[in-house]
Amino acid sequence: MASVTMIVNGKEVTANVDPRTLLAQFLREHLHLTGTHVGCDTSQCGACVVHVDGRSIKSCTTLAVACDGASVTTIEGIGTPDHLHPMQAAFRENHGLQCGFCTPGMIMSAIDIVNRKGHQLDEHTIREELEGNICRCTGYHNIVKAVAAGAQAMAGK
Amino acid sequence: MYAFSYHSPKTVRQAATLLGKNPDAKVLAGGQTLLPTMKQRLASPSALVDLGKAEGMSGIEVKGRNVVIGAMTRHADVATSAIVGEAIPALAALAGGIGDPAVRNRGTIGGSIANNDPAADYPSAVLALGATIITNKRKIPADQFFQGMFSTALEEGEVIVKVSFPIPSKAAYEKFPNPASRYAMVGVFVAKKGSETRVAVTGAGSDGVFRSAECEAALKARFNPKSLDGVKVKASGLNSDIHASSEYRAHLIPVIAKRAVAKAMAK
Repeated sequence: MASVTMIVNGKEVTANVDPRTLLAQFLREHLHLTGTHVGCDTSQCGACVVHVDGRSIKSCTTLAVACDGASVTTIEGIGTPDHLHPMQAAFRENHGLQCGFCTPGMIMSAIDIVNRKGHQLDEHTIREELEGNICRCTGYHNIVKAVAAGAQAMAGK
Repeated sequence: MYAFSYHSPKTVRQAATLLGKNPDAKVLAGGQTLLPTMKQRLASPSALVDLGKAEGMSGIEVKGRNVVIGAMTRHADVATSAIVGEAIPALAALAGGIGDPAVRNRGTIGGSIANNDPAADYPSAVLALGATIITNKRKIPADQFFQGMFSTALEEGEVIVKVSFPIPSKAAYEKFPNPASRYAMVGVFVAKKGSETRVAVTGAGSDGVFRSAECEAALKARFNPKSLDGVKVKASGLNSDIHASSEYRAHLIPVIAKRAVAKAMAK
């Protein structure tokens, strides 16, 4: 077992884990933060994207112990059902989801895109930047609209 | 994934000691290849030596006529580095085309080079630019470093610390990605420095990255896309799989090289 301490959504957590525990597993099974999804488990689909020290990463392809000392933000950490993050609100308003399984990763990646590329995002940029997030329902069209709208809404946050 | 013991050394020296004590250990850099491989049980090291907290392993600086990049520098940091963008824009562009944004935020240059995946992007830049791989023990020229698929000159307990890239006068990377995996079926890095032109090919060789003698000979007289017209590359020694035959890859090499030269000249 190995000890790991990290800040998750603003709260410090310390745990003893088997070193092979993936960050996604740690969040879901140890902290019961089940908003982070595991779709493919092979770093293709992006349903598991969270932010580690402010950067998007695939939590199914990162060891929890490797995040010792880091600050982790999950989908639970960005908004509440009553006060959605502007990007979450944009996905709702633009029908940016159908089954919703990929949505947590889409939103965490979308926020990362805004952090890196700013608030005025064209369609091409959004589609390129969402390369690591797969949706099997929507055909992406409304996701792209949602990200563009969410990016603008984040400017007024 | 099988169980392993986890070590998080604070220095490269400690990492080397740990690797010496655990002959079956593997170095964990960004983990973007190693962890999926372990999840599939294709690798089962008894110990992982994580370089994430080892000091002095990341960062980018210009030293003389070289850009020196720490082994633990993430692809995203190379892609967006003002230093790399100014000195070797082709290298920044290459880093920005690896995997996807989340993978680029974890994956490292040292990890990519040490792994020497036959379809990885970085080895082509290292070879074409004639980089030097600086380890905890010695300096290894690129021409001696890559020794076949997933095989390098690294010895047991040897850790890449930095990679030093001579700044070329012209360079560009162009790849033909597999439409599904986005890995290079053929990727070509061309670099011109003084009178020397080097052309390194990834994704195609059954022994991993290699220099294309045919393309280099054609470009020697004149660094121009037209110089590659009519150049034929032999299919022997190239990969043949469900994605492309060796003949198809052989055809692609001068085609992609030509695009890379055009891109290098446009800058």
